[in-house]
Amino acid sequence: MTAATIEAPALGRPGFGATVSQILSMAWRQMVRIKHNPFELVDLSLSPIMFLLLFVYVFGGQMAGSTADYLQYVLGGLIAQNAIFLTMYTGTGINADLRKGVYDRFRSLPIARSAPLAGKIFADMFKQVWSILIMVGLGLLMGFELRSIGYAVLATVVLVVFALAISWVSVLMGVVADSEEKVQIYAFVIIMPLTFTSSAFVDINTMPGFMQAWAKVNPVTHLADAMRGLLSAGPIAEPLMWTFAWAAVILAVTAPLAMRAYRRKMV
Amino acid sequence: MSHPGTTTDYAIETEGITKHFGDLVAVDRIDLNARIGTVLGVLGPNGAGKTTLVRMLATLSQPTAGTARVGGYDIVRDAPEVRSLIGLTGQFAGIDELLTGEENLRFIGRLLGMPTRDAKARARELLAQFNLSDAADKAAKAYSGGMRRRLDLAASLVGRPRILFLDEPTTGLDPRARGELWELVRGLVADGTTVLLTTQYLEEADQLAHEIAVIDHGKVIATGTPTQLKAKIGGQTLRIQPEDHGRLDDLRALVTERFPDLDPVVSAGAVTIGVNDDGIMPGLAAELRDRGIALTDFHLGLSSLDEVFLTLTGHRTEADTDTDQTEEAAR
Repeated sequence: MTAATIEAPALGRPGFGATVSQILSMAWRQMVRIKHNPFELVDLSLSPIMFLLLFVYVFGGQMAGSTADYLQYVLGGLIAQNAIFLTMYTGTGINADLRKGVYDRFRSLPIARSAPLAGKIFADMFKQVWSILIMVGLGLLMGFELRSIGYAVLATVVLVVFALAISWVSVLMGVVADSEEKVQIYAFVIIMPLTFTSSAFVDINTMPGFMQAWAKVNPVTHLADAMRGLLSAGPIAEPLMWTFAWAAVILAVTAPLAMRAYRRKMV
Repeated sequence: MSHPGTTTDYAIETEGITKHFGDLVAVDRIDLNARIGTVLGVLGPNGAGKTTLVRMLATLSQPTAGTARVGGYDIVRDAPEVRSLIGLTGQFAGIDELLTGEENLRFIGRLLGMPTRDAKARARELLAQFNLSDAADKAAKAYSGGMRRRLDLAASLVGRPRILFLDEPTTGLDPRARGELWELVRGLVADGTTVLLTTQYLEEADQLAHEIAVIDHGKVIATGTPTQLKAKIGGQTLRIQPEDHGRLDDLRALVTERFPDLDPVVSAGAVTIGVNDDGIMPGLAAELRDRGIALTDFHLGLSSLDEVFLTLTGHRTEADTDTDQTEEAAR
């Protein structure tokens, strides 16, 4: 009798380099998806453009006396709001992949366990950068006065870091929800009031007391203030500190919950 | 890097592998072996535990008890090595519908560490082999059901796996698409790939498998080569329905008397027996006439899975739908 064995190729346990390459491949897939799905491009480009034009040219005069002044105020807030809305797509994408068996395929391949999720989140950060570029670019065309290029780069980094943290809320919803639509509804119900009860669009001093109390601690207020400070004018250090503090808290709470939910799903 | 615990002739070996979902025992102490280079057919109705078994063997899910080795590697301890040897085509196609067929395959190639050029070449090669070259640059969502299954199978083959798990690869396909997929599987086996195939179709197991394990409620209820199994359960089913329902017991007694080794089953007002030799029909018909048992149905058909189950377990397969849903919900 010939004893036969099947030799396992060495790629069974990927090292650091292989893991990075797998994450990049996962991100590549997300980019190709955008190419094939024009609706996603609309969400990434058209909706920030529309919001910026509408807010500035419809509300601007009433809000700040002049559209130019309101543009200077609201751009940071709109960037913050848009970034938070964008994180929703992390959850809807993961939800669809889980339900359609795409993750089963990934998990049967000799690749790092972390690659699918990391690749998805990494690609979504590109979308964040794309959106802030679009909004700042359009703002400049509309007459926005940028504080400095250096600060604008810093604003992009801060935005990506914050978005990375709150992506985990979206991952959690994506893993737990049984349909993409539910992820969208959950996200909308949370994100809509969260972003409007902040300093993103108005000076919170005009709000009634109870609303002000909330708006002052709302993470969106701190992110919007940080964006405003870095891009336009105003304090930077304090809102930045609060933004990072919130990012750390949200990450510390939701990432373990999301990973636990994910592992439970994978029994 | 660990090494296989034992050298073996088997590509897949399970020992008492068991999976519980809460109170539900989806897979119950299953022992199976698949020789290297052969097709092991796992035949069973919905909810029998086929998918749960495949998910464990493909390292997607861990057994509650028992062990299994794939390519000599333990599915829990050596899961990364197992993954480097296997391909999986599940019931739900694990392809990205927005990507083209070529991009889907190229993507898997890149994930597996192939340089872009090799990944492209491998994608083209598989598309040609699976008769998808014309649709290579169309989004997978525009593919027909049969094309999707072929693309999914191709995706599981990018890394040239030595062991392939096919979980109900033809469920929902029309007969022509089914036949095409069978041909592809035969080709892979001819090249030395070991295949574990789950199916609800007796015909599919008969067409492809060297060995068949029939499972029901998570347990193996029969094993053997297709020929052995057909001898046991009858490759064909003879259904005899008396005009007068009251003669059912007489009919059953007569059949038992004439064919003591076949086990007649009474259900839905008829007696069914598994038979291998249709030569018995004229004699039986004559005898029934002599005894004055008038018939409304007397026909020979290829055994359906349902009849296989009726013969092996004495119950039909309908009751299993509930289990299936519980299993789905548990996942």
